[in-house]
Amino acid sequence: MEKQLKKVDIIFDKGECYNPIEILDKALERSPDDIINDLIDSGLKGRGGAGFLTGLKWKFTRLQEGDEKYVICNADEGEPGTFKDREILDQVPEKIFVGMTICSYVIGAKEGFIYLRAEYNFLLKNLQKKLDLFNRQLKERAIDFVIQLRSGSGAYVCGEESALFESMEGHRGEPRNKPPYPTVAGYNKKPTVINNVETLVYVAMISRLGAEKFKELGTKDSRGSKVFSVSGDTPKPGIYELELGMTLSQFVDEFADGDAKAVQVGGASGSCVPRKKFAETIIGFEGIPTGGSMMVFNSSRSMYNVLHDYLEFFAEESCGQCTPCRVGCQQLLKGIEAVKRGEKPASYLDDLKKLTATMKIAAKCGLGQSVANPFNSIVDNFKEEIIY
Amino acid sequence: MSKYFVNLKINNTPVKVEEGTTILQAARQANFRIPTLCDHPDLQVAGNCRVCVVEVKGAKLLAAACATPVSEGMEVFTNSEKVRTSRKHIIELLLSEHNADCTKCFKNGNCELQSLASEYRVGDHVFLDLVKPKDKILDISSPSIVKDDSKCVRCQRCVRTCADLQGVSALAVINKGDQQKISTFLSKPLHDVVCTNCGQCVNRCPTGALTERNYIEEVWDAIYDPNKFVVVQTAPAVRIALAEDLGFDPGLRVTGKMVSALRRLGFNKVLDTDFSADLTIIEEGNELLTRLKKVLVDKDESVALPMMTSCSPGWIKFQEHLFPGLLKNLSTCKSPQQMFGALAKTYYANKINIKAQDMIVVSIMPCTAKKYESNRPEMRDSGYQDVDYVLTTRELAMMIRQAGIDFEKLDDEHYDSILGESTGAGVIFGATGGVMEAALRTAYEIVTGREVPFNNLNITPVRGMEGVKEAVIPITGVKPEWNFLEGVNLKVAVAHGLANAKILMEKVSRGEADYHFIEIMGCPGGCLGGGGQPIPTSPEIRQKRAEAIYAEDESMSLRKSHENPEVISLYEDFLGDPNSHKAHEFLHTHYRPRKRY
Repeated sequence: MEKQLKKVDIIFDKGECYNPIEILDKALERSPDDIINDLIDSGLKGRGGAGFLTGLKWKFTRLQEGDEKYVICNADEGEPGTFKDREILDQVPEKIFVGMTICSYVIGAKEGFIYLRAEYNFLLKNLQKKLDLFNRQLKERAIDFVIQLRSGSGAYVCGEESALFESMEGHRGEPRNKPPYPTVAGYNKKPTVINNVETLVYVAMISRLGAEKFKELGTKDSRGSKVFSVSGDTPKPGIYELELGMTLSQFVDEFADGDAKAVQVGGASGSCVPRKKFAETIIGFEGIPTGGSMMVFNSSRSMYNVLHDYLEFFAEESCGQCTPCRVGCQQLLKGIEAVKRGEKPASYLDDLKKLTATMKIAAKCGLGQSVANPFNSIVDNFKEEIIY
Repeated sequence: MSKYFVNLKINNTPVKVEEGTTILQAARQANFRIPTLCDHPDLQVAGNCRVCVVEVKGAKLLAAACATPVSEGMEVFTNSEKVRTSRKHIIELLLSEHNADCTKCFKNGNCELQSLASEYRVGDHVFLDLVKPKDKILDISSPSIVKDDSKCVRCQRCVRTCADLQGVSALAVINKGDQQKISTFLSKPLHDVVCTNCGQCVNRCPTGALTERNYIEEVWDAIYDPNKFVVVQTAPAVRIALAEDLGFDPGLRVTGKMVSALRRLGFNKVLDTDFSADLTIIEEGNELLTRLKKVLVDKDESVALPMMTSCSPGWIKFQEHLFPGLLKNLSTCKSPQQMFGALAKTYYANKINIKAQDMIVVSIMPCTAKKYESNRPEMRDSGYQDVDYVLTTRELAMMIRQAGIDFEKLDDEHYDSILGESTGAGVIFGATGGVMEAALRTAYEIVTGREVPFNNLNITPVRGMEGVKEAVIPITGVKPEWNFLEGVNLKVAVAHGLANAKILMEKVSRGEADYHFIEIMGCPGGCLGGGGQPIPTSPEIRQKRAEAIYAEDESMSLRKSHENPEVISLYEDFLGDPNSHKAHEFLHTHYRPRKRY
């Protein structure tokens, strides 16, 4: 049965259930294992885009030995076209704090950090104020956990978890080799849970509402709802919490201006879906997963320019340490320019596509690995626009 | 702790390796070679070039073999279609941002990128040329090292070398993406930053991005100039490494053939830095004894202990930048190269009736910092630049090849006299701990009248590749004039590689070290691992060179510096006593504090 587009109000809900510290108090009445099982049962997957089962991540970290563990909230929301975390941080930060505290209780962490992207520094003051209050509440409850804020410096790659740890440790923000994964060796090389802002809020809300309630929403592979950042050629850009599992057609019907020729799902590193595939494309882990960015392009847009912009972005934001990403991004960018100018034949696009296949499997981190997504989806679906 | 073993398959061949082994190491054990570029046996794993990617069954991504530990049941393929395609792409990408003017490159023939390119025959360039014109502007500000960004492959070996082995971090990564590059503090020229000129980065650069500033043409010009009398001196560590650059295995001693080759190149006299190494021991040994007396007897608070050796110019500049407060601890003795230079253009020129202005002194050094040292304004005590040109071991090998000399067939020849005689104590200057050992052989004997109480004069506690070594030599039964040393436990420490020096200096700075004498060599393994030595380098190669040094020592009839007859007559004819006024004029120097930034 096809899902209908359904707006949901969980994340931002400040209704009768909005007393964050109460959510925490109730959550802490349960055992860590119960909380983990509940999370796994709920099917909650990370809302940053990669979609790892949150409960499992916590479980792995809980099973690690050692007194020093960390909870980190990844608020380095740098994906072009994504701006939902900003709103969450602004509107309901307490829910994030609660999610982090539940996590600390489950894995045994004494310190938590919110890594805030540099561009969101305007939120710092307000966040710090609310955090001070929250930390005080924790202290009153004799909960041995403190949350601190850390500010990034503007590099996109620092949203990659291991680069984020490097940045927090005061080093150059470059992704690490994996394994080891954060659950084993994260911040300060200690077991660390790092979750997206939105994920932590869902953790809090699942505690409040129960896994069953959450599971009612979404599909088998994509449980629950998700906050979307809608931008581009839309009469109503903004932030919307929607049930997962809708088709892109439903999305376009609701949000586009009637002339949508493509939607870029998942930001610059996501995939471009052309009009002819709107109906068959499901937004979710069974279709195209997304960290929330939905950019709508109507027929007035040049898809060459769109791709060019994305590639410029990646060529600049690659950390530069690994060859496939550093050089590959530049080659893709210069390559489509050369094809456009007629200096390279159209068949050169096939050489570049082969290159993206290498980048996808040989780059060190998700940044270089994902450039293939926009490149191939735009080149395959809008070849004429790229060449002529 | 018991060892756990892991079973895996590499290219369908079962392999059993210790837990924690990387795929790369496991493949080596199974005799599969995986190409690498950013990997280096002396450095931490980086995993950034991606040349070593391999396919692991069941994994979506390829794994960097250098950075991925093996796991039980793993099935690895090192040459599958995916691997080969990706690897070739990666090599092509590296070449696309590399200024591949190989025929004009100093590293032509000894370049790891060139080898990869030739192995994979990436002939017709698929990708666009990305070399930036601004990167083609060379940094030639340093008299030791040339930096050519257009040849850099961003493997960061130099960065890891400078930070981890040397504790200096003169080189670091700046910017990101297409602007990412290896640079210095505020992108200043190498000459204006904390760089010690040690050249360890040069030893580990896989391409021609970092090379020594070469003076081969200048030296040929001097040799061909009929009005110049060109003398050459060879450092201790050159004779045990030169062969590596001429096609031989590490550890071969070629002293006699090297002397013979230098004559055939046209040098007027072939002399030995080992001679001035012996001389250094006399000066430095006496300086140490004087300092000990001033501190222990005279209670002179202006005299600093521990005294630290001053032979290694990379170490000297390191100290000037990073620990200027400890400059008074440095021995005022010049390095053997500079003692030689000052004497060559005075004492020696006079002996052989050559005007100093007509003499050109060339040094063959295992070192790039020596190029800087010879240019220091302090090093002009003869009235001229004491040492005119410094060539690395590599440059000498290049000259030998250029001259068409069949090195293997050369007869062994002897150094010219004077300034050519040396002892085993001079030779071991080339290995970490060698200066300490040589100094102890002499100082102990001066004080007690007896040989150092070690079997066959081999002071093994100060030998070996441990980063920081310590030893205590009890002094008993002293001669009457050294009464104040009776019963003193002489405490010494030896460090090599500037990161180890840093550990020791921090200890001294904190006042936690009660050593009397410290030997520091700027490079790992001492001069035998110097920045001017043949490339490649590794712990195994340096070990072989060290064995060769000590074998050379044992092969010498004289093994104590104070027994060097030419040194004895130098004092009789020219200098007078050790640390005399004249000795100070020519053989000692001073240091200057330098800024870190």
